[in-house]
Amino acid sequence: MRNLIILFLIFIIPTKALGLIEVDITRGNLNPLPIAVSPLSIDDESKKSFEKTLKKKDIGSEISKVIEKNLKTSGLFNPLDKNAFLQAPDIAHLKPRFEDWNLIKAQALITGKVKNVDDKLRVEFRLWDVLAGKEMMALAFTTVPNNWRRVGHIITDKVYERLTGEKGYFDTRIIYVAEEGPKTKRIKKLAIMDQDGANNKFLTLGNELVLTPRFNPTSQMVTYLSYFRNLPRVYLLDIETGIQEVVGDFPGMTFAPRFSPDGKKIIMSFAKDGNSDIYTMDLENRIVEKITNHPSIDTSPSYSPDGKFICFNSDRSGYQQIYVMKSDGSNVKRISFGNGLYGTPVWSPRGDLIAFTKLHKGKFYIGVMRTDGSGERLLTENFYQEAPSWSPNGRVLIFYRETKTDDKGEGFSAKLWSIDLTGYNERLVDTPTDASDPSWSSLLSN
Amino acid sequence: MKKLVLRNIDQGALMKLNKILKNTFLVLFACLVLSACATSKKSTGQMQGDVYTGTDTVEYLASGVPDRVFFATNESVLTTASRETLRKQAAWLRKNSDITIVLEGHADERGTREYNLALGERRANAAKDYLMTYGISSNRISVLSYGKERPVDSGSNPLAWSKNRRSVTVKAN
Repeated sequence: MRNLIILFLIFIIPTKALGLIEVDITRGNLNPLPIAVSPLSIDDESKKSFEKTLKKKDIGSEISKVIEKNLKTSGLFNPLDKNAFLQAPDIAHLKPRFEDWNLIKAQALITGKVKNVDDKLRVEFRLWDVLAGKEMMALAFTTVPNNWRRVGHIITDKVYERLTGEKGYFDTRIIYVAEEGPKTKRIKKLAIMDQDGANNKFLTLGNELVLTPRFNPTSQMVTYLSYFRNLPRVYLLDIETGIQEVVGDFPGMTFAPRFSPDGKKIIMSFAKDGNSDIYTMDLENRIVEKITNHPSIDTSPSYSPDGKFICFNSDRSGYQQIYVMKSDGSNVKRISFGNGLYGTPVWSPRGDLIAFTKLHKGKFYIGVMRTDGSGERLLTENFYQEAPSWSPNGRVLIFYRETKTDDKGEGFSAKLWSIDLTGYNERLVDTPTDASDPSWSSLLSN
Repeated sequence: MKKLVLRNIDQGALMKLNKILKNTFLVLFACLVLSACATSKKSTGQMQGDVYTGTDTVEYLASGVPDRVFFATNESVLTTASRETLRKQAAWLRKNSDITIVLEGHADERGTREYNLALGERRANAAKDYLMTYGISSNRISVLSYGKERPVDSGSNPLAWSKNRRSVTVKAN
């Protein structure tokens, strides 16, 4: 996928950051920024040719819808109703009449133009500050027409970055476990989709139980747990080629895999004789190292983004708690001390926080704490939820939630949800089937 | 002044009486609650502490040889009843020396997936260790954890969870 996209930055106009609009993402945003996303204009000839190849009537308008939905789900922006727009897309793109956009209370405006150039999709867009009456950004891309949704995501990432000062997370994908069937006999498949739910694809057939897929942060590889031949083992899957291989040669169950930040190692648990310890395997030289050595359960390991530390889950104190150690296994320190049980620690890509699942008095919470365990903050409470995964910019968490069944044991469902680090903007993430164990990819393009 | 003192004494006595009454009530109340618990336990007859003691889900490897043992929340300790079941299994396995088994360890849905995988493995191994002390060779036993992936009862209540915290002995050949 990454190789497919051909990105040509045609022109970038450097913009001054003086007194222009900004979006503060460090607090819960109760006043999302009103933004107008004008349909990208398109000439008749290009329109017709893309209608033929992409089966979309007006690809310019479709791309603007992708941008609009992204901005809305971020919770930071309020895309305005297109029916209220006074200016035609092509004229607005050349020179917006700021009074018109001001009138409908837009503070920012996105305009653009789509053209067929040698059967490629050429898209240019501009971001305007309506109040200051200034252009903030202008970019153009040329790519294969099939990548049109990604163009929408990349534009959203650029706009998000320009207005918040932080990288976006829209040109990304989610790998997860698609679930079907009764609770006692769930059928599970690996599935992948764009961050906005589009392009859903199943990667396994459901013949064997699969769990906990996780992206390699540097490539399109995935590691996951499969019960192939009733032997629960950690596997490696190349999404592009579909080639799978078992990781290491362990005489027992391996589980809870994750990649190291450089993508060169897999860290996981290996269970033997009633004891689970943490191991790593180098994917190049296949050298296996034992990282923890303790008669308790040690699992759910996750590296810090600099690769120097590992947080993990252990019941060595008697109950499930979160610990941090150096990546060689030394200096083990317990960091969770609140009431209840703590599991599934995941280090933020920004390095400053650890997200976790907490069980206390029959309720499950998704929360975050600093890497020394201080500043614990619970973001959401529910009957059952766990397994948070960070967006690549460390601003959003995706996790899964299961419902309580009724007296007859019916009504079970599992769904993906996302929430901002602030605790605001909790959202159901649409999937074609029930879903669990989500993992967020890195940005596909930078 | 004297009157006051007297009154104080009276009040003290009254308070004592009150306390005694209160305590008796408390004891009485506790008895009632306990007996209520005892009867409710008996009426369902299915849990002791939070370990499942019923037979709803139990299958039999042979006549009189139950196939599974149950665990308390977050525990992998074998109860007296579990040990009795496993001794029966060991006796049966000794008699049928060609049979090999898989011990499938399970957890309830009230835990994180990865921890539950480890917990299921720990439970199945508790059963394996016990069978081995009763003379069953380790190469006849393999262990497989399902964590919370294969509940027998789809309910979201303590009784359902108690049935799901189990190690099941399955014939492998």
